[in-house]
Amino acid sequence: MENVFNQIQGFIYPNEFELHWSILIVVYPYITGLVAGAFILASLVKVFKVKELQPVYRLAMVTALAFLLVAPLPLLAHLGHPSRSFEIFMTPNTRSAMAMFGFVYAWYLMAVLLLEIWFDYRRDLILWAQKERGLQKQVHRLVSLFSSDVSEPAMRFDRRAVRAITIIGIPSAFLLHGYVGFIFGSVKANPWWSSVLMPIVFLFSAIVSGIALVLLIYMIVTPMRGAQIDMSCLDKLASFLFYAMVVDFSLEILDFVHRIYESEESIDILGQLVSGRLFVSLVVIQLLIGMIVPLAAIVLVKLFRFPAELRRTLYFLSAILVQVGIFSTRWNVVIGGQLFSKSLRGLTTYKMSIMGIEGLASAIVLLLLPVVILSVLLRILPPWPEARNPMETAADATR
Amino acid sequence: MNEPLAPSESNAEVKRYARRDFIKKALFAVAGLLVPQTLVASKELEGAPEWVLADGYKPGEHYWAMGIDTRKCIGCGRCVEACKTENNVPREPFYFRTWVERYRINADGETFVDSPNGAIDGFPDDPTDKNVMRTFFVPKLCNHCDNPPCVQVCPVGATYKSPDGVVLVDQDYCIGCRYCIQACPYGARFLHPVTKTAEKCTFCYHRITKGLLPACVEACPTQARVFGEVRRKASPLQRFLRMNRIGILKPYLNTKPKVFYANLDGEVN
Repeated sequence: MENVFNQIQGFIYPNEFELHWSILIVVYPYITGLVAGAFILASLVKVFKVKELQPVYRLAMVTALAFLLVAPLPLLAHLGHPSRSFEIFMTPNTRSAMAMFGFVYAWYLMAVLLLEIWFDYRRDLILWAQKERGLQKQVHRLVSLFSSDVSEPAMRFDRRAVRAITIIGIPSAFLLHGYVGFIFGSVKANPWWSSVLMPIVFLFSAIVSGIALVLLIYMIVTPMRGAQIDMSCLDKLASFLFYAMVVDFSLEILDFVHRIYESEESIDILGQLVSGRLFVSLVVIQLLIGMIVPLAAIVLVKLFRFPAELRRTLYFLSAILVQVGIFSTRWNVVIGGQLFSKSLRGLTTYKMSIMGIEGLASAIVLLLLPVVILSVLLRILPPWPEARNPMETAADATR
Repeated sequence: MNEPLAPSESNAEVKRYARRDFIKKALFAVAGLLVPQTLVASKELEGAPEWVLADGYKPGEHYWAMGIDTRKCIGCGRCVEACKTENNVPREPFYFRTWVERYRINADGETFVDSPNGAIDGFPDDPTDKNVMRTFFVPKLCNHCDNPPCVQVCPVGATYKSPDGVVLVDQDYCIGCRYCIQACPYGARFLHPVTKTAEKCTFCYHRITKGLLPACVEACPTQARVFGEVRRKASPLQRFLRMNRIGILKPYLNTKPKVFYANLDGEVN
């Protein structure tokens, strides 16, 4: 705390010495963003019939699930009384945005993601289980909820269900992450957060990060299992990444210009914040390294006919930079919003601890946990095109 | 028209409807589980104005507020000390239910504000070579807003506005998410380091319900703080509100504070 005292600039309210939302609250919107983004990518295949992305459809769904399972953990770890968290379900304050978390999360997990994965995988699960023995057979039977009907009408129902769920799923994914943006955007006490654009900026940065994540995982896992990367799929992924980044970037610039142009009473302190304590994480990492450089790289790929090898390298590096950039975006919102005093007269600092429940170490664990879960899920629900059981009829082939 | 369905098809139809039925019922069951709690909680609160606390105190019969005359405050910090003692507020210099700020506005328009350790020991001399235009003290505390953003955001309803207008926190219910601390525009809340729950000024609720004054009001040597009923003609607060030009903090946020400042300077926020 001594250190914090020394780094205070100007005047802050005495109770503001402690920063209340730590790195775990940075991790939370980052992870939910990945979930929403990956799901929206998957829905491009089912709803918008983007055929090129078929190879990553299931991968995107399973990735979304792996990250969604971890999403509530940083929140839980951050609570002063985690054991009372169930009160959010039992006696929610219906006027509170945060009280919606439980319902939005439960809806998204149970009614959208799990249901869609189940319907999509059901036939394969049954057919896999028929060929397998031992533990794997039992796991697949359990995951298929012991269903056994692979008749044509049942398959037709499955397909219709997947489509219906995806259509419900898109607004749900928007809700899931737009809601996280609303948590911040609706705090009128904080001029850095309070913005009607916040949910939309969150949403598009989520789509950006989700597409980049699936692209990364696809590029890492495919060679690992000795398969070929589908270049038309990869190019399409990069294209959608590019479109989402353009929208995201435009929104961020709009927010920036709007703030400067309106020049409200908070502009002085926010100006100090951006040009001082947030300069590296906002201007250098978020804007330059995380947005402009990867955008330029993808533009180059689109302008010139680079060979596949070079395209792959550029896509891969861009996707990594995008991840760094989006994490930085979350940091700048959550931590940045707490670095200035609500008296608008001073700046404080965030001393991140390394160990401890709210430290860097637990943040890293929470970021690695979805990867571990994903590697397990990839075994139980292999998303690879060749793992699918071939369809018998011509009608099925158009799936 | 009414041709019987082929056996295999009818079987599938039956199955399909059974499944649809099952999903429908499952959804209703889940939704139904959540309804009673919400209803019971809101029903309970409807009766709140009729509650009678210990000592026959009826919250529904009062509506509390505070008046602060910034011209009377001498920055001695006795209110801060009294508050910390009365309410067992942690002694560290970053937990305060009330604190005092000192403002110095220089002739060049520059404003300097400080509140060393919340002014619990008063203020040290402020040697400055600048040409000083005006200087004054401003005691701060929870504004017990009539439209409190902290109450709005609490996900479980652990912080609430009681029928007598006092914003309180239920320590046994607070989950420690700190959303209320973020939502308070006045920096009036903190997380108690031991209980790990949100904390703030209660207008010394344990005292006012017994007919006593809040500790800070009692301790103030210059009567800069006035406590009382807003809705009663014959209260000292009513007189305070009649006799002074009144300002509130951050009025543009529409929080409707119930801490009223007399002679509030435009620089204070």
